[in-house]
Amino acid sequence: MLKAPTPEVDTGEALPLLDVRDLTVEFATRRGVVQAVKKINITLAKGETLGIVGESGSGKSVTSYAVMRILDRAGSIAEGSVLFSGLDLRSASEGDMRNLRGREMSMIFQSPRLALNPIRKVGHQIEDVLLEHAQVGNEDVANKAIEVLEQVRIARPKERYHAYPFELSGGMCQRVVIALALACRPQLLIADEPTTGLDVTTQKAVMDLVVELTRERGMSTILITHDLGLAAAYCDKVVVMEKGHVVETSPSETIFKAPAHAYTRKLMRATPRPGITLRDLLPEDEAARARPVAHNPVQADEAPLLVVENLVKEYPRKGVTTSLKKMFGTTPVPESEAFRAVDGISFQIARVESVGLFGESGCGKSTTSMMVMRLIDKTSGTITFGGGDIGAIPARNFATLPQRKKIQMVFQDPTDSLNPRFTAARAIADPLLRLSDISRGELRSKCEELATQVGLPLQFLDRFPHQLSGGQKARVGIARAIALRPDLIILDEPTAALDVSVQAVVLNLLQDLKDSLGMSYLFVSHDLNVVRLLCDRVIVMNTGRIVEQGPTQQVMDAPQAAYTRDLLAAIPHPPV
Amino acid sequence: MAIMLKRMTLIIPNLIGVIIVTFLLTRALPGDPAAYFAGPAATKESVEQIRKSLGLDKPLIVQFGSYVSELAHGNLGTSLTTGQPVLTEIKNRLPASAELTLFGLILSIVIAVPLGILAAVKQGSWIDHTCRIVATAGVSLPVFFTGLLLVYVFYYILGWSPAPLGRLDVFASAPTQITGFYLIDSLVTGNWSAFRSSLNQLLLPGLTLCIFSLAPIARMTRASMLTVLSSEFIRTARASGLDSRTVIITYAFRNAMLPVVTTLGMVFSFLLGANVLVEKVFAWPGIGSYAVEALISSDFAPVQGFVLTMAILYVALNLLIDLLYGVIDPRVRLEA
Repeated sequence: MLKAPTPEVDTGEALPLLDVRDLTVEFATRRGVVQAVKKINITLAKGETLGIVGESGSGKSVTSYAVMRILDRAGSIAEGSVLFSGLDLRSASEGDMRNLRGREMSMIFQSPRLALNPIRKVGHQIEDVLLEHAQVGNEDVANKAIEVLEQVRIARPKERYHAYPFELSGGMCQRVVIALALACRPQLLIADEPTTGLDVTTQKAVMDLVVELTRERGMSTILITHDLGLAAAYCDKVVVMEKGHVVETSPSETIFKAPAHAYTRKLMRATPRPGITLRDLLPEDEAARARPVAHNPVQADEAPLLVVENLVKEYPRKGVTTSLKKMFGTTPVPESEAFRAVDGISFQIARVESVGLFGESGCGKSTTSMMVMRLIDKTSGTITFGGGDIGAIPARNFATLPQRKKIQMVFQDPTDSLNPRFTAARAIADPLLRLSDISRGELRSKCEELATQVGLPLQFLDRFPHQLSGGQKARVGIARAIALRPDLIILDEPTAALDVSVQAVVLNLLQDLKDSLGMSYLFVSHDLNVVRLLCDRVIVMNTGRIVEQGPTQQVMDAPQAAYTRDLLAAIPHPPV
Repeated sequence: MAIMLKRMTLIIPNLIGVIIVTFLLTRALPGDPAAYFAGPAATKESVEQIRKSLGLDKPLIVQFGSYVSELAHGNLGTSLTTGQPVLTEIKNRLPASAELTLFGLILSIVIAVPLGILAAVKQGSWIDHTCRIVATAGVSLPVFFTGLLLVYVFYYILGWSPAPLGRLDVFASAPTQITGFYLIDSLVTGNWSAFRSSLNQLLLPGLTLCIFSLAPIARMTRASMLTVLSSEFIRTARASGLDSRTVIITYAFRNAMLPVVTTLGMVFSFLLGANVLVEKVFAWPGIGSYAVEALISSDFAPVQGFVLTMAILYVALNLLIDLLYGVIDPRVRLEA
């Protein structure tokens, strides 16, 4: 077995733990060889935390896979060297690499639930790693695994040992992944977007845990992220990557105060943060050209567009608990028969108002938006829209009614919400064909008009979703939603899957459309910084109830509820 | 256990449906059994007389009523051609078919699953190509052709195999019946000569079925393995330095098993019904050839009995597969 050199003996003070020199990674594709990473240099000292920041396609993940030598079949290191504690990883044998992985260098991934074997108990997965690297004998391995779970602060580790990933929450799964990565006390931890998809409070807990554990053990960490705020909050040094190149490497204090490269500045500008307006997200020249955000004061005397009163949604709980009871042979805490996903909430949306619906996962915000959208039926309460009680209409009948045209939705994932076999034009035309009496001849010109409105170049209209970028797909989704000139659009995290620079553009587009078309928005989001920029008012939800609602500025600057304060405190901000 | 019981209750409407459909289907078949049994020279009166004695002159609903009440007493009727009760015939012949099919299927799994795994792990290598060629060739050749070819080579030219005439060669005696599977019965009773003889007889038809069923199993294993191998938890397993054996078997294959098990169920039911040709080629006293003979002579009772038996087998098989799902994937257990 390969013995990793201990730094004190083999390496001098100056020798970095990881030294990446002129690394070029190539992928063999059908269209020839593509260089995903081009001649990059990265050094990481012992005990240091390095952030690699960049947007999708910048090559930041590929770099980390190359270091671990876990590139796909098609990828290969074409040039350069990777030295780990003085050992050349590029020429190391696969057996040696296997010994290093997990024991000396390990990795945590985004989407923790997918990163765990779905049909193996988490305890056994940790044992696999411990046994592989001969950290402990067969008889003690279970105790050791529980101890490792304990170290990542999993409550009741003895029970969790027997849990399958699907029985754990996202944050809990990420803790297991961290436990897996740190089980053998490696020297280097690579965290690839470790908190993407997690709630802010969970994100904070997970990141604090990683920092604490790595600091305690004197480990070096590479944090790969698209979130500048996260990088700034947790890293000593930041590397900015763009299209396979490293464009800037600086200590994190200086990079945010005085970004040297134009791309870094652009990224910084596009990151939503307190104290700026929507236009400030755009690059300087575009921001100057954009119209100022129109102020549509909400008419107090006008009847509100949407009134929701005491809305409740219950799901029967029986199925889950009884089968759980059967599985574990234990009696769960007696609970009421039904689970209240939404527990008696009331709010209003005025005409031309944009209201943010904010909360962490499981707070009931999606259920609420689905009920308002009339995709699912309420349990009780009323939903009044434009003076009519739409809550009373069964969801399955709603699709054919005229009111359907007036409430439309933009979905979270721009890719999944488009039919892969429809062109952009066909996707935009879909609601027109179903719900309006537009003639075939007018259809094309209407699609082109809508595309122009959302800033989608007309030549893209005949492309299929896979031929469009994320931002373009988001535009198609928005064009489809405004096609019928609705009064209310429900935006379900429309920018969550987009890069910050694209998000900046899409948010500005949404603002412009609202101003010119006079629509109201219900903006569902878990990102308070985005809500702050786009919304007039904000509703904060937790466990199915409204914790707080009021004008955005007031809620953000002087939150009344302790819950809101905690959430605000958990958001990492770039030090600008 | 409760899940299983719940799943079992779902079988009942299935079976009722099958009983109705088989009854109607056999009545809808062309051909008049009365005329067939009266013979070509029979007069109109004698045909009518036979029809009356068979109960075929009564209204359909009455016929169905008497069929169901007979069924409830465990009576599947009597074959007109052989004069034997259908139940006895099926009891004798089903184990022969089942033994042959299971033997072929197990042989096929033993070859196809490792081949599929290797093909997926070493995608694009010679193993992958071999897998593709073997699978394509196996599925393209009709079973009677493969069967005849095997008989020609191994019996006629090489003389390694016994004559393809039934389940035992003429000198061996059948083992005491326990399960009806000669291999198992002879093993249990320690009857070695019968074991050897039946194994020899089983090899060629089993191989024929095996070659035919290689393709779906190997291809499904490969496809399913490829999907799983590209998933994120495999990357995690690799990144934590697990050795490739653990990654491929414990992590990838167990996750890839669900679609493979589904395919196995389909292949098994398909083989069981469709090995008529193999039974014909090897003079195998199975249930398939029995049903075909009955069908040709418009003999209702055996056909109904056959379809009903098959339906019960399919239902049992699906139940077994559902239970297997639960064993493989804990998530299925929770949903059930």
